[in-house]
Amino acid sequence: MADNILAITIGAILVNNFVLSKFLGICPFLGVSKKLSTALGMSGAVVFVMTLSSLVTSLIYKFVLSKSFTINGTAVNLSFLKILVFIVVIASLVQLVEIVLQKFSPPLYQALGIFLPLITTNCAVLGAAELNVQAGRGVLASTIYGFCSALGFALALVLFSSLREKLDLARVPVPLQGTAIGLITAGILAMVFMGFSGLV
Amino acid sequence: MTIILVSLLFAALLGAILALIIGVAAKAFAVESDPRIETVTDMLPGANCGGCGYAGCADFAKAIVEGVAPPNDCPVASAEATVRVADYMGITSEEKEKVVAVVRCSGGISDTVRSPYNGVEDCRSAVLVAGGAKGCDYGCIGFASCARACPFDAIEIRDGLAVVHPDLCVGCGKCVDVCPKDLIILTPAAVDVHVYCNSPEKGAAKRKVCKTACIGCRKCVKASDSEDQMLIDGFLIATNYNNPPLPDLVEKAACPTTALRLATQHAAGAYEGVSK
Repeated sequence: MADNILAITIGAILVNNFVLSKFLGICPFLGVSKKLSTALGMSGAVVFVMTLSSLVTSLIYKFVLSKSFTINGTAVNLSFLKILVFIVVIASLVQLVEIVLQKFSPPLYQALGIFLPLITTNCAVLGAAELNVQAGRGVLASTIYGFCSALGFALALVLFSSLREKLDLARVPVPLQGTAIGLITAGILAMVFMGFSGLV
Repeated sequence: MTIILVSLLFAALLGAILALIIGVAAKAFAVESDPRIETVTDMLPGANCGGCGYAGCADFAKAIVEGVAPPNDCPVASAEATVRVADYMGITSEEKEKVVAVVRCSGGISDTVRSPYNGVEDCRSAVLVAGGAKGCDYGCIGFASCARACPFDAIEIRDGLAVVHPDLCVGCGKCVDVCPKDLIILTPAAVDVHVYCNSPEKGAAKRKVCKTACIGCRKCVKASDSEDQMLIDGFLIATNYNNPPLPDLVEKAACPTTALRLATQHAAGAYEGVSK
């Protein structure tokens, strides 16, 4: 079990990094990486939401969706509804978390701010839930995978935003300024992360 | 069939349960916020143009309620709407002069000497490459960067020339920021007479590349009621917006290149094809 968890951790953070090798969550990766401070806020929100949503969705899958039952002599298995259920559950969960945070922890609510609602329908969050089902992970392993994937996302986002802050000071050829050089940097960063492949 | 029914039932049930949870949570954990913010937001135009400097109408409304911003900072709201907001907040608001944008160029693509340009159809890109398809280095490029920036669809591209419709323009200034040639200025809405040229070149040089350039002949200066209604700057003449001429100056001056125009008639297309 411990070996398995180590493999999940290293695999999710470095080898199969969500952004840089699975290409999930590219939108916030490019959108909120202009400043390190916003990148940190976004990372916090993603870690928070992905861990929680992995836990809840794997619970729902394990105890509701994957069960087969018989109604009127027909075997019914609702696992084909998983994407629909997951996205609705994740969106509601984030809404709920936002409401609760606003009431009980205004500072945290301010810090996560706009990022919480932004990631309700993010593909990385849904992707974590979906990949957990595909890999047949249990509830604990799913939660750890969600947490570590989010850490991997945070790592990529923080690295990338630090690079972009440096890029602001660099002399970039005029046609490449802005998003263009950002995309090139992201590509090189992805190639660097390819160096981890085969580790797990 | 059973599967379809069960799925539908399941989805409906799930939706109902989640809605119930969120509804109860929203009621139970409701955070009190100043109800005036919402009322003021409803009174504002809701264009979310950012012309006031805030991140949208709701943000601006919050600033008004907190007393940080005066209601007349909104360039879009009519004078009555501003007064209504001020009355609601129990403060007085000074009326702000309405401004509209003017693109200081009249050279349509058929009026100016053409040089080929096959690049990205965006003014700021065109400036980087070779300055677009027109002969004049100072004129409107006509690739609609300003029209795309306008939240009110007040700028029309006609014959490769950006034309502001004064009745639609609210003077938010978004177009001013995007124009790479700094052609667009905000002028008092009450002034209708403008010189639609921005080229400081000599008259003959301008005439060579554009049929509707201001050649600095000073006919309008002589026809104006007083000396400083039109300002002379080298070979370029401009309206003095502090002491503006009356609209009949356009007719009296009979500008030989039609660079002197009324904004309303310019927008209505009255000058198309009249250039000599």
